[in-house]
Amino acid sequence: METPNNKNIQDSLSGNLVDSLKKRFADELVSCDVSIGDVTLEIPARHLLTVCRALRDESAFEFEQLVDLCGVDYAQYGITNWDTDTGSGSFSRGITSSTLANTSARNIDMPSRERFAVVYHLLSHSNNQRLRVRTYAQSDPPRLGSVVEIWNSANWFEREAFDLFGILFEGHPDLRRILTDYGFIGYPLRKDFPLTGTMETRYDPEKKRVTYEPVSIKPRTLVPRVIR
Amino acid sequence: MPEIHNFTLNFGPQHPAAHGVLRLVLELDGEVIVRADPHIGLLHRATEKLAENKPYNQSIGYMDRLDYVSMMCNEHAYVSAIERLLGIEVPIRAQYIRVMFDEITRILNHLMWIGAHALDIGAMSMFLYAFREREDLMDVYEAVSGTRMHATYYRPGGVYRDLPDSMPQYDASRWRKGAKLKQLNRAREGTLLDFVEDFTARFPGCVDEYETLLTDNRIWKQRTVDIGIVTPERALQLGFSGPMLRGSGIAWDLRKKQPYAVYDKMDFDIPVGATGDSYDRYLVRIEEFRQSNRIIKQCIDWLRANPGPVILENNKIASPKRQQMKGEMEGLIHHFKLATEGYCIPEGEVYAAVEAPKGEFGIYMISDGANKPYRLKIRAPGFAHLAAMDEMVRGHMLADVVAIIGTQDIVFGEVDR
Repeated sequence: METPNNKNIQDSLSGNLVDSLKKRFADELVSCDVSIGDVTLEIPARHLLTVCRALRDESAFEFEQLVDLCGVDYAQYGITNWDTDTGSGSFSRGITSSTLANTSARNIDMPSRERFAVVYHLLSHSNNQRLRVRTYAQSDPPRLGSVVEIWNSANWFEREAFDLFGILFEGHPDLRRILTDYGFIGYPLRKDFPLTGTMETRYDPEKKRVTYEPVSIKPRTLVPRVIR
Repeated sequence: MPEIHNFTLNFGPQHPAAHGVLRLVLELDGEVIVRADPHIGLLHRATEKLAENKPYNQSIGYMDRLDYVSMMCNEHAYVSAIERLLGIEVPIRAQYIRVMFDEITRILNHLMWIGAHALDIGAMSMFLYAFREREDLMDVYEAVSGTRMHATYYRPGGVYRDLPDSMPQYDASRWRKGAKLKQLNRAREGTLLDFVEDFTARFPGCVDEYETLLTDNRIWKQRTVDIGIVTPERALQLGFSGPMLRGSGIAWDLRKKQPYAVYDKMDFDIPVGATGDSYDRYLVRIEEFRQSNRIIKQCIDWLRANPGPVILENNKIASPKRQQMKGEMEGLIHHFKLATEGYCIPEGEVYAAVEAPKGEFGIYMISDGANKPYRLKIRAPGFAHLAAMDEMVRGHMLADVVAIIGTQDIVFGEVDR
């Protein structure tokens, strides 16, 4: 996408950022690397707030803006519902819905990690750099410190992550649901939440009001998930 | 003596000035806003969840329906996320076509914005002027993709097809015939590029017309000057981007600072505001009309001189040509695989952002190696802007709420997703 010249400059910038991050947060970080031009910093949840504050305030980083914050549910990472590795003679014939949940895991070493992560995308205007910070939320329900005090834009983003994933942000001034319906139950973007939802709503002409009922449609997979 | 209470007012979700389905719960002290609590999500369609359950190419159409007045810019972010994960390079002609359509989209978006914003605060005729030009650009969309709005024109690896050699023309009818019909079809006799060039020639005059209606208009200034002031420090803290950030005086534009496609080869300027009020944001967007027009002109010149492929030849990702699919076994197999299963993307994650008309539109995509994204997060500029609504309207009058919704250029397709 970029011109070669631009790409080189960008690569060396990312390299510098990784070096300074590794030096500054040697005690805190879990990992720090560059992939496809994006720098990712992974930190444990207990250091989240101190690291974020340093990332915003210290002149080497100056990430003034929190561009995006989102939850990720790693529950079915690397799990497919179509076994493509059945030898030369035969094919597995897709899936049935009862086995949909965990048909086959890929033959790779899955890193053992917490189920839920929160990913922060930071942007520095002064240094023209981006940084991705990932933290795994521990315990059940998942909990993390809130960064609203550090970047005010986190307010609605954290509400959204709470609404869709059920991640609790401690210290958030107003942690309410934001995108789902009033009185909604469940966390829709979790991987164990069905695509069809759980409730359907319609106007009932007899009761003369809107009613909620369990869904009548069955979940189905049109295109199986495969990894080749 | 009677006790004085604040008054709570429900605004929307069905209100002509709510730009769709915004519900605002306003706490008023007399006519002054004490607190505004936007309730969103009435248009929530779980686009992210849907995309996680579909092969990559089937979600391009969903991107059009996010911010449904800047369709192709959303597609651009989505396909460039896929392209970066796949590590493929897009043909140069496709990149110029994308830049041209990104800018056409920017004009489309700003026309919608200026029409609706002016209508909200009392200038009805602006809406009619804006839709006159929108119609021409919609025809460009239609000529190239077959649809007026939801184009699905950008594909991973390029664009769906090259620019057509002819423009659709008006047919004769009882209302359009003779000299009138000829005049309507005058610009449509050549190729699509001829038509767009004719548009760029007359568009600066149209922008002048908008300005004569609004820029020095006393009522317009009374409604926008010093309304919704955001300081540069607060704009950064609140995660603003696009004209909302530039209106506050920060010269930040991804097209210049982190250029994608061929924006680094384009010659254009970034307008910035001085005071960060609604009037400055209006001026910034008006100047963006002119700058977009400049970029489109440069693209037309290049596209005329440089024919070439517009999509990758790699049929593992881009569908083969119709002729190949019908005539060759291999083409048929490729088409079948792409249409049924799609393609797998190597494991990894990427954040791809574009400067959409409303601000930074980003796609954060995690792939675990499958034919569907593992996680897709859509970063919509309007979401961050609307989150600042409470802060922007505090202390203003009730009527200014509408002016501030207008200046934020809110579209609920992208806010609710």
